[in-house]
Amino acid sequence: MPVASHASKRWIGALRSPLGITAAVLLVAVLVLAVVAPLIWQGRADAVQSAEILQGPSSAHPVGTDLLGRDIFARVLVATRLSVGLALLATAIGVTTGLLLGTAPVLLGRRAGRWIGALINIAVAFPALLLALFFAVIFGVGAKGAVLAIGFATAPGFARLTQTMTATVSSRDFIAAARVAGIGRMRILARHVLPNIAEPLVVSATMAAGTALLSFASLSFLGLGVQAPSYDWGRLLGEGLAQIYVHPAGALAAGIAVVLAAMAFNLSGEAVARAIGLRSTHAGKRAETATDHQIAQSEPEPDASDQPLLAVQNLQVSFPTASGEVTPVRGVSLTVRKGEAIGIVGESGSGKSLTALAIAQLIERPGQVRADRLDFLGADLREGVEQSKNELRRLLGTSLSMVFQDPMTSLNPTQRVGRQLAEVVREHQGADRRTAWRRAVDRLSAVRIPGAERRARQLPHEFSGGMRQRAMIGMGVMANPKLIIADEPTTALDVTVQRQVLQLLANIRAAEDVGLLFISHDVTVVGQVCDRVLVMYAGRVVEDLPTEALLHDARHPYTRALVAAVPDMTTDRDRPLAVIPGRPPDPHDLPTGCPYAPRCPLASDQCRQEDPALTTYAAGRRVACWHADLAPAAVPDNRTASDETNGLVQGDPVASENTDDQIAAPLGGERP
Amino acid sequence: MRELTFEDVTVRFGSRRLGTVAVDGVNLVVPAGQVVGLVGESGSGKSTLARAAVGLAPLTAGRILLDGRPVQRDKLQMIFQDPYSALDPRMSIGDSIAEPMPRKMPGRRAEVARLLELVGLAADRAGARPDELSGGQRQRVALARALAGRPEVIVADEITSALDVSIQGAVLNVVKDLQRRMRLTMLFISHNLAVVRYVSDIVAVMRQGRIVEYGPVEQVLTDPRHEYTRELLEAVPRPGVPLGN
Repeated sequence: MPVASHASKRWIGALRSPLGITAAVLLVAVLVLAVVAPLIWQGRADAVQSAEILQGPSSAHPVGTDLLGRDIFARVLVATRLSVGLALLATAIGVTTGLLLGTAPVLLGRRAGRWIGALINIAVAFPALLLALFFAVIFGVGAKGAVLAIGFATAPGFARLTQTMTATVSSRDFIAAARVAGIGRMRILARHVLPNIAEPLVVSATMAAGTALLSFASLSFLGLGVQAPSYDWGRLLGEGLAQIYVHPAGALAAGIAVVLAAMAFNLSGEAVARAIGLRSTHAGKRAETATDHQIAQSEPEPDASDQPLLAVQNLQVSFPTASGEVTPVRGVSLTVRKGEAIGIVGESGSGKSLTALAIAQLIERPGQVRADRLDFLGADLREGVEQSKNELRRLLGTSLSMVFQDPMTSLNPTQRVGRQLAEVVREHQGADRRTAWRRAVDRLSAVRIPGAERRARQLPHEFSGGMRQRAMIGMGVMANPKLIIADEPTTALDVTVQRQVLQLLANIRAAEDVGLLFISHDVTVVGQVCDRVLVMYAGRVVEDLPTEALLHDARHPYTRALVAAVPDMTTDRDRPLAVIPGRPPDPHDLPTGCPYAPRCPLASDQCRQEDPALTTYAAGRRVACWHADLAPAAVPDNRTASDETNGLVQGDPVASENTDDQIAAPLGGERP
Repeated sequence: MRELTFEDVTVRFGSRRLGTVAVDGVNLVVPAGQVVGLVGESGSGKSTLARAAVGLAPLTAGRILLDGRPVQRDKLQMIFQDPYSALDPRMSIGDSIAEPMPRKMPGRRAEVARLLELVGLAADRAGARPDELSGGQRQRVALARALAGRPEVIVADEITSALDVSIQGAVLNVVKDLQRRMRLTMLFISHNLAVVRYVSDIVAVMRQGRIVEYGPVEQVLTDPRHEYTRELLEAVPRPGVPLGN
């Protein structure tokens, strides 16, 4: 099982780290000592030697003797069992109670769950040690009382953690699916909820054991815990403290033992947490696979006389991972001129969003952006080029704006919308508060938010999804930008709202002559908004063509397949939809040759060995395919005759039975 | 083959005074063996209606009937929107699919294999974990799990909206093919009119908790009667067609 081996590798890796080794050694030492120490040193620890009372460290007694002349070192070692045992017992009580309380809402249903939730909330509000003292008084002074006290003091925190995580897991669809399937509450808890929250619970239980140990020592030290003649570290600490001016080593020994044991538990918890957190490591692939494919694009950009708004050449974005560097964007070149709208389409993972982020200088370390050219309004944006950082920041802040997919996460939920807009001009243009506010209201009405004056005073959650996206665009045009980068701006929106947002972008572009870089997975939407479309696949541009050609005259088989896969209002309902077989390549493991070859109906040996470069074949049209001339025939589109504009549809689209996990079967049928 | 009927179904969240009415007196029939596509904008109550059908949202008023009788849980199954949250990450896909089956049913493994093949996945992938699968493959597993309960009615809530267009087609093909072959009754919810048009026989348009239009798919989409349906149709993106203002 690959998963199992992956998991075990993760644990071995965690064990090998300095933290893991320290934690494991300490924990094993403490546990072994707890078992063994009383068997070996019990006699020595209890031997009263009236001749050797309160002696300092010597070769016979490494840390001296106590009031009765007993060897303190032996007593500290022997006390390990009681101290650790009681702490674990208390933790067990706390964890069990916490688990029962925390999972009760799942088992008992909504109403009873609410009461228990309230109970937990109240219990959490009490400081744990105070609670322990309170319980100690109730249960009586002694080991039993202390165990129950610390156990119940641990429970509320644990219950709260369990309750929160259970609620998170319970809101996921697979729980709903299990309920629909008629699975009982107990089985849902055991099969679906507990396994999914077990790891963090184990971590906090381990940490809780460390805390319980410290609490127990505190209680015993105060005389509320273990009573004579039994002794644990807390009591030894208390006894030692009385003699601390005579010989400090006696008190220190117990103190060090408490610290070491608590550390053993806490470090183990930490190590387990790290091991779990190491999820994202990608196993087994080497770095060269990625770098092998970075063929620099020799194709020169068709140069225009006027300076482009944005000029990008051979842009690469790479990230270091545990298995070496991956390069999800591999040599993208594009230009955007004033007032031009360029669309980038591709499947998820094609590198389209990373390209946008790289242009907007939003790739954060350890991600790396390299390019032969990255000019925006004549300024070189590349890293390492000598220039004033502040100036660059101002240039980007005022001339480039970015609109993201999810408007809810891009607006600050605690600030009024108008103020967030105003901040843009206050920050970059030094406008005073009143001017900035007026501009914000003006921009909000420009993006057609009714009652802009009133709306500007509202918080983001009072806006609907479409209105929020419009407010985001409003924020984008606060400072007269020259280029708007929109990354899937309408994907989260309904069709009616989508249309409004698209219209808004088109209007702004027309009115203010702004360039637009529009990123989407939806060819239809891109076709509506843009003049030119770049199709990306596996981190590279595979086709660059005018929008009019997108539907019927695309030359890359991938572009054609992408267009054919979208059902529209004229799709034949009695035939299966066209699909693209296989799935996009993993950036860790790109095939040699054309990355689309495994899914392509036209793939030949040449395709599997050589990666085609993006070459110009007509004015303003580029394609990266060895068989571009064959593509229109091999991958027919699915539009009906009424939708045709240039009569390029050929062949009879044959029903395709392909699925997304079969490899390289014909896409939409062959030419008859 | 069963007919699913919603009779004056109302779902209200929160108190009578402050709560919101998500579904407001809906009457809807999903005829046996047919697909009813339910469209509407987000917040229109589509998903709440679906969840009410399978018992995930409590009814405030009204009844949901299967062939005139109150719904038995095991006759209805649901497929969810997000393929990443629909499968338990700790369970193999085979176990997930087997879950709705009776616990002591003989030949569970063979049945899991059959269902995997049915949705176009190799039977030997039963041991795979969800994180080894693509979004489209996960959605097929979710479909297989729904079929494992041998339902007569399937409720599909935005099952392709989280998927790439390239994968959407494959999932829709499987859904449509299985619905035809098994004569399933299906409530298919989507905000994408082109997808609804492709899959459904009948369309119901929902707005603010009410059904505002209902009829055969071709009729509603070519000759809409309600203003809101017209608005929805107009908003469908058509490539190359200018947006207007």
